[in-house]
Parts: sequence; structure tokens; C-alpha cells
Amino acid sequence: MSQNGVYSADEMMAIEAARRLGDGTVCFVGIGLPSRAANLARRTHAPRCVLIYESGTIGAKPRVLPLSIGDGELAETSDTVVSVPEIFAYWLQAGRIDVGFLGAAQIDRFGNLNSTVIGDYATPKVRLPGAGGAPEIAASCRETYVMLRMTPRAFVERLDFRSSVGHGEGPGFRERLGFTGRGVTVVVTDLGVLEPDPETCELVLTRVHPGVTVEQATAACGWQLRAAAGVETSAPPTRDELAVLRSLKSAKEVAAG
Amino acid sequence: MAEILPLSEAIAELVHDGDTVALEGFTHLIPHAAGHELVRQGRRELTLVRMTPDLVYDQLIGMGCARKLIFSWGGNPGVGSLRRFRDAVEHGWPAPLELEEHSHAGMAAAYAAGASNLPFGVLRGYAGTDLVGRTQSISSVTCPFTGEELAAVRAIRPDVGIVHAQRADEAGNVQLWGITGVQKEAVLASRRSLVTVEEVVPELEPRPGAIVLPTWVVTAVSAAPGGAHPSYAHDYYDRDNEFYVRWDAIAADRDRFQEWMKRHVLETADVAAYHASLRGETPVR
Repeated sequence: MSQNGVYSADEMMAIEAARRLGDGTVCFVGIGLPSRAANLARRTHAPRCVLIYESGTIGAKPRVLPLSIGDGELAETSDTVVSVPEIFAYWLQAGRIDVGFLGAAQIDRFGNLNSTVIGDYATPKVRLPGAGGAPEIAASCRETYVMLRMTPRAFVERLDFRSSVGHGEGPGFRERLGFTGRGVTVVVTDLGVLEPDPETCELVLTRVHPGVTVEQATAACGWQLRAAAGVETSAPPTRDELAVLRSLKSAKEVAAG
Repeated sequence: MAEILPLSEAIAELVHDGDTVALEGFTHLIPHAAGHELVRQGRRELTLVRMTPDLVYDQLIGMGCARKLIFSWGGNPGVGSLRRFRDAVEHGWPAPLELEEHSHAGMAAAYAAGASNLPFGVLRGYAGTDLVGRTQSISSVTCPFTGEELAAVRAIRPDVGIVHAQRADEAGNVQLWGITGVQKEAVLASRRSLVTVEEVVPELEPRPGAIVLPTWVVTAVSAAPGGAHPSYAHDYYDRDNEFYVRWDAIAADRDRFQEWMKRHVLETADVAAYHASLRGETPVR
């Protein structure tokens, strides 16, 4: 795939997201790809990146990737542990978080997310876990990064349920709701990167990963995805990025038994 | 003053059919032993409250103990779906489950309001989501000072709050530490409360950063060593991550789930017998 050998789409996603985190960025991290991305950033170019997990662990420096947001490892390695009401009120709502990571089952062109149901709410085809921390993470973090693999089933014209707000129905929507954060600023997918158009707030394709064409990316989207003028190609993972990322992953496997 | 009771007696005394019951513990210190005792005693028609109804509520829902669930995130952390919860919502098995659905921030505010004896909690939350209008206990309120419109969420006031902690002393003072979640609020918001503990000690050693629930805000304390399993008790034992992975396969099938619950919960007398039954189990994958 490149001079650095074969890497997976998940690895490319984690690396692409990690590269965007500056040193000292305060992140609200979920389990899975966001946790891998933030921990990769902290072990490479952003050693002072602050990791906050919604279990109330602030400044966590896990030696192995946690399986849950409340693993003991997070409490043991954090600067402080606060209660759940406190993490949401004093830290998230107060606007102290730079970047919140979110995933979802569905996303629409304005970066609104569904993690609640597929189908009708009362008689769902698939009952998903629900909103969790997402509504207020999406509202109050300075920016939100979404990490989601691109398929027409996930990138939809219309959400079955709006669990959290990206840019609502377009420009001015967030401001009318009094949100302090800028909302979704980037969607990192397995095929490339989407970012909101500054004028319309609609997500456009700004980047494809190595080996992916613009056509492949737009075909994987359920709405008419527009490509930005001059779509760039992500730099392939470096040896160092892959090595650090894989060391994290193997640690998770150790933890999971 | 908290009474120190065997767990079976505490559940029999405190929890009745139809009660609203909150079992809290955010990943850490989840009161599984108390959940199992509710199953053994065949409680029915419960309104279950919990921010993250993970395996403990998957078991209660699958065994037909629940009528309604008040929650904000219902998954198997790091693994995927809660199969029994999904079966109840998607297919009404073993019984339909009414949902009252929140965000984490909203539920945290609702517990804090309950603990503070306020009728509702206030937050910047829910705005622009479909939870508004779907959940009757979410509304809005205008700030009398700035005119800002804020979300209001009805206080959570369970009949019974149940949490697990590391230890209690013989007078029933409870001490817990590590990730403390929303346990303190759940106990203080509830009319009656039960704390299961890893051990009852003669005297609590002071610990920086630990929460202490004084005996006079707790109704009953029960010793349940290992009672958080497969969750964990910081400084006592680790999270059984592998169990969470295995649960997915156990809970995916109705028969296999019922068989598992029969063997490890219904046919075991208490938390010690539960652990013994797990040790005797041939690994299933």
C-alpha cells in the first residue's frame, strides 16, 4: 500500500485524527478509535494533550488502552477524578474542553448524528445505545471531531433520530440555540476527510486517504457529497505513527485478555 | 443509622414490586450482586434508573423484572449492544419496556436535583435534539436574571438507591474511592438506600479523595465481597474485561441467556456461590 507497508483503514483514521490534535489540546475522549487517536497524539507530537474521559478522569495517561471509559487504569493515571455531575457541569458545560470526539450510527450533511435508533423510535428496527454524553459534547466543546466509516447507510440524507447537533439545518442554527462550541469541524472516515463549508455548513470532501479516489468517497455517501476544490491526499502513516499505534493496540489486547 | 443486613434480607426489606430503583456505578463499582438478588427474589414491574444500563440491567430486563427504564446510554461498554435490552425494545421480549431517555448530562443534573431536594435540574443541554418532546421529563426554563432559556429536567427521586462501595465500618459509614460516578447523588436522591460493600471493617481508615456516606443517610449496608463483578472495585479487584466480551454471546440467544441466569444466579444462593459457579464453568466463547 505504501513504503510503510500495509495498514488498515482504522489505523489511517486514528492517525489522521491524531495529527489534528495540537500539543496541549484538551480532549473529551470516547472508547475505540477516539481513544486510540488521542493516545497516539499524546505519545507522538502532542505529549501535553489532556485526555478527559466522561467517567470523570481528567488528565488520564493510560499505559494500556482502556476497554471502557471507566477503567481503573484511567483513574490511577489521571491528574484528578471528579464525579459524573461535576465532569458534565463544571468541565464540559463550562466550555473547558477543546475537542470532543463522537461516533454514531448515522450522520447527515450538516454533521448531525444519530446514535439512538434505526427506524421509528417507538418500534425501532435497531435499538442503539442512545445519546450518552453526545448532545452536550456536541454543544459545548470548542470543536467536535466525528470518526465514522463511510457507507451510504451511515452517511444519510435524513437521520432517523437526531441525538446530537452538528450544524442543525445550516448557518445560524447553533447560534440560535446558544451553543458555545463551533460544532463538527471535521469528519474523519476510512476513505477521507469531510469538513463543513464555511458558508453553508454542509460537509464537503476535503481529503482522501492514499489509494482512495474522490469518486469512491462520494459513492460511499448517501447524500450528494460535494468535493472541495482541490481535494488533498492524506500523507500515508509514518513508520513511527504505525509503531506507536500498534503498541497501543497490543496493550489493549493484553488488557482484554 | 444504617442497619447491617445480609443482602437477601436487605433486598427483601427495601425493594418492592413496582418500585423505582436506581442501581448506580459508572463502569466502576456496579452493584451486580444486588441486581442478582433482585432476580432471585423475582421482583417485578420495577422502574429501573441508571445512566449506563449495562450488563446488570441487561440481566434484570431479560429476566422480566422491569416495566420501565430511565437511562442515557444502554450498551455493553467497549463491546457493543445490550442484547436483552434490545430484544425487549425491538420485540417486547420477555415484556415490553417503556423508555424514558436522557443524555448523561441531563441525568446527572436530575440526580443532583434529587439529592438537593429540588424539583428539577437545570443545564445547557438537549437543545436541538429529538430527545426534546420525546421525553416528558425534559422541558425548559427561563433564567430570571438573564432571560436565557435553559433545559430543565425533572429530578430523579428513586424509591431505592443501590450502590456498591469498597467498605463500611460496623456503624454503617460507607467509604468509596476511585471513579465515584453518580453514586453519592443516587443515594442522597433516594427515599431508601442500600450499599453493598467489599468488606465491613471495625474502623474506616481516612483516605484522601474518598467519598464517605455517613451511616445516617444510608438505610442498609450488606457485605457482598466480589459483588461488583464483572465490574471492579478499585484496590480490590480489576474489571473482568473478558466477561464483558463473553456476555455478548451469552445474551445474544434467549435460551442461552436463561440457562446462564438459571445456573449462575437463580441456582446460586449468594455472591459467594455465584463466584463459585463461575469458577466451575467451562469457558464458553
